[in-house]
Order: sequence, then structure tokens, then C-alpha cells
Amino acid sequence: MTITATPVPTQDTTTAISLRGVSKAFGHGSHAVVALEGINLDVARGEFVCLVGASGCGKSTSLNLIAGLDRPTIGEVTVRGRTALMFQEAALFPWLTVRDNVALPLRLAGMKRAERHRRAEELLARVHLGGQGGRRPHELSGGMRQRAALARALAQDAEILLMDEPFGALDAMTRDLLHDELEQVWVSTGLTIVFVTHNVREAARLSDRIVLLTSLPGRVADEFPVTIDRPRRIDSPEVMGLAAAVTDRLRAEVRRHGD
Amino acid sequence: MATEVRTEKLEEQKLAEEIAGLDALEAHLGTHPSRARQIWSTAWPKLAAVAIALGVWQAVVWSGWKEDYVLPGPDQVLPALGDLLSTGKFWTAVGITMRRALAGYALALVIGSVIGLAVSRIRLLRSAVGSLITGLQTMPSIAWFPLAILLFGLTERAIMFVVVLGAAPSIANGLIAGVDHVPPLMVRAGRMVGAKGVRLYRHVILPAALPTYVAGLKQGWAFAWRSLMAGELLVIVANRPSIGDQLQFAREFSRADQMLALMIVILVIGIVVDTVFGRADVTIRRRWGLIDAAN
Repeated sequence: MTITATPVPTQDTTTAISLRGVSKAFGHGSHAVVALEGINLDVARGEFVCLVGASGCGKSTSLNLIAGLDRPTIGEVTVRGRTALMFQEAALFPWLTVRDNVALPLRLAGMKRAERHRRAEELLARVHLGGQGGRRPHELSGGMRQRAALARALAQDAEILLMDEPFGALDAMTRDLLHDELEQVWVSTGLTIVFVTHNVREAARLSDRIVLLTSLPGRVADEFPVTIDRPRRIDSPEVMGLAAAVTDRLRAEVRRHGD
Repeated sequence: MATEVRTEKLEEQKLAEEIAGLDALEAHLGTHPSRARQIWSTAWPKLAAVAIALGVWQAVVWSGWKEDYVLPGPDQVLPALGDLLSTGKFWTAVGITMRRALAGYALALVIGSVIGLAVSRIRLLRSAVGSLITGLQTMPSIAWFPLAILLFGLTERAIMFVVVLGAAPSIANGLIAGVDHVPPLMVRAGRMVGAKGVRLYRHVILPAALPTYVAGLKQGWAFAWRSLMAGELLVIVANRPSIGDQLQFAREFSRADQMLALMIVILVIGIVVDTVFGRADVTIRRRWGLIDAAN
């Protein structure tokens, strides 16, 4: 696969993910909490979408529904392609080396030992962890662990990558580097990415489209297409300008809850 | 286009260098003290404790609290221990006792693990026998001996029966607790990478439960060893010398020095086996990053 200087995701009309009138409630009767209500969302193949919202907007619930870890109460979730999910914590298995962590999905898929070893090393090199495969997860820094988790997600050979605030616990400098890293991976693999974050600038830095969710119940409040040329910087005027506009809209939503 | 590609390559290289730089700054680098120093630093407090214990014991003897044929001091017991170690019968007894301990423990390991796994997986079984297992764990194993002797007579099997009953509940409980305390995030991550059903257990839940399971194994050993000593005092099998029956004979022949020497042997064997479990525990925790690498 070749890398072009200004990546444009394949603009084909095929949708990878489609949510139609999706609602999700937890609990029963008067104690029920409606996490999502009437969500309609389409994500195109190869698109990078960020879901942004305040607490209680059902961002993580949406990802669970798309990942098939949970079912909607009402509505329809259609997902074309295999999904991989990344969490805020790397969730690497401490009893395995970093290489074996990356190789586990391959092992479960029935790949031979030598081959999965080679493949795991390839994936680690792609996230700039070449030669670190023999270490234990606890010997890595937080940023390195998230990259190892990204390599493990890539090992699942999924077409859709779901990310639940994956960089939320990292310091700003590490996060900026991981944005560059993730963008490179996205460009070279053509993955469809749904990325949940509460960091509006991060959303403007990374995505093709920002979907703003309301809280309790979670509804789609607004959508912002992001047309800023790549590669982007998180501190560029365009990114900060868009982030300010999204933040204003988000605050207006939050104020409604204060009344 | 050519320049664009070159810029892209440069950007990529820059990113790689920045990432490598940050990694080098953040990765933890542990320093290891020398091996001899490590051994000395863990050994001297133990040696000091032994010296103090011997000193207190000798002081009690010198105080004249009991006659020295009832409570001999280390000055008499240590030579008696030396004599004991040079007899063939003693080593036969140690051999028989250790064989019983290992066989009983191995059986308890299998039974405890199978029960533990079944109870942790099957909800109905848990509500049925979950608290019973804990109850068995707290029951003094010596209370089983009257029944064991009734069932099996004064035989090896009576001893085995009680050793297994002593050790298996701890092992089962260790496994159950380990499975219960697997972080849900690990299970989610395991499901996400494609581990389901039996393979989720094999690749995620059981490895994640290992530290607690090892703690259960260690406790199980302690119960097995206690049950075995109680059993060997009560169930004396003809022509089968064991540490327990030697202890009983020493008492019957009023050889307090031999009796105390045998008690030291029992204590030392317990400590040595416990150290093996302790090592396993430390190795696991170090691999997992639960303790500082320098410890």
C-alpha cells in the first residue's frame, strides 16, 4: 500500500456502520436509565469519526453496541466487517510478553507459531515498538502500552477499529505523538475508525467528522465535518478554531442540564 | 509528487525518532544489586531471628522453670538432632512422611482444582457447595480422624483421606477467589481478541487467576502438612516409620531431646516447602509488575 502526502479516505458510499433509531436503556421500570435515544448514525468505509460529548452521553455504550458486546433495546445496528476495540487502559495481559500479547489474536485465529511471531514483530515495528516484544507490559510506559494495544488490535485483522478514549490517560506530549502514529496507521491500512473522546481538540485533530452527542439521554445533537488538510497539528489555528466552535455547542448542551 | 513523498518520509522518520526518544525517557530501568548482596540482605534477619529464639529458649532452660529432662535446652537438643540425622531409620521416616505428603498433596491438588473450576463456572453448584467449601476449610482436620479410622482402620488410606480433606478446600477456594477477582476489563479484552468459552478460560481467566491460585496452593500445603503430622501421631502403621510416629515414640520413651529435635525437623521441612511457594509467588508478581524489580 502506498502512502500519499495528503490522505483522502476512500469516499465510496458503502457504509461500514449503520445505526438506525437505536435506543439503549439500562435497568427496568422507573429505575431505567436511558443511555441512548433514537440514534441515527452512518459511518462510511474508511472514515474516521469522532464521537464527542459530556459525561453520560452514552459514548461507550455506542461502542459496545457496534462491537457487538451489547444489544440495543430498540433499533437496528448494522456492522459490515470485523471490529476491534481499544480501551482507555491498554488492557494488555500481564502474564504475557508484549509480543505474545500482540500474537494472541493470531494464535486464537489458528496461526502457526513461527508465522504469528513474525507477524507480531511486524505489527510492533509498525507502532514503533520494534525490538521491544520480549518485554513485559509493566516495563513499558503508558504511551508504549497503548501502542502495543494498537498493535494487538491490528493483529485482529479487523476492518473497523473502535477506540474508547484510548489516549485519555496520557500526557499531552505522548498523546500528540500517538495522534501522528494513529493517523499513519489509519492511512496505511484504510481502517474505519470510530473514536470516542471528551477532548474536542483531539477530535478536530484526528477525524473526518465530529458527532456531538447530548447527555442523558444520548442523542445526536450536531455533526461537524472536518475538512482541514492533513497532516494536521493539534495547535494549528484551523484545528483550534473548529474545536472552539464544537466546544461552544457542547457547552450550550451542558447548560441545558443545569437549568 | 516526488517532493511530497520525500517530505512524507522525512515526517515519518522524525516521528519515529521522537517516539523512540520519549520511550527511552519513560521506560523504567531497574537496577539490580549483586547476587551475594541480595542473599545476605534476605539471610541475615532470618539468622538473627534464629539466634534470638535459641537464646530465649536457653535462657528459659537456665531459669530452672522445668527439669532439663522435661525441657532440655539447645545445648542438648542440637547434639540429639545431629545423632538423629546420622541414623538410617530417621531418613526412612522422613522418606515415608514426605512420600505421604506429596501423594496427599498431589491428590488434593487435582481434586481441589477440579472442584474449584467447576464451582467457579457453574452458578448452581456455587450456591449449593460454595459456603460448604469454606466451612470445610475452617474445620480442624484432626476432627476427621475418628471417622477416617472407622472407615479405613489404622492405614495409609486413613491418613491420605484426612490430608486431602485438609488441603483440597484451600486449593479450591484459591481457584474460586482467583477466578472471581479477574478484572472485568481483562475478560472484555479477551473476548475482543477472539477468546470464547473454554479458550477464554485457557488464555485469559486462568492465567489472570494464577496469583490467587498460588496463594491457595500455599495455604493448601500448610493444611496438608498439619493434617499429616496429626495423622502420623494418631495413626501409627506397623513397620512404617514416619516423622510423626518417631515423635510419638520419643514422648513415650521420655526422650525430650529427641522429641524437640524432631519438632525442629518438622518446622524446617515446613519452612523449606513454604519458601518454594513464596519463590513462585514472587516470580509471578515480579513478571506482572506487581512488585518493584529491585526487591
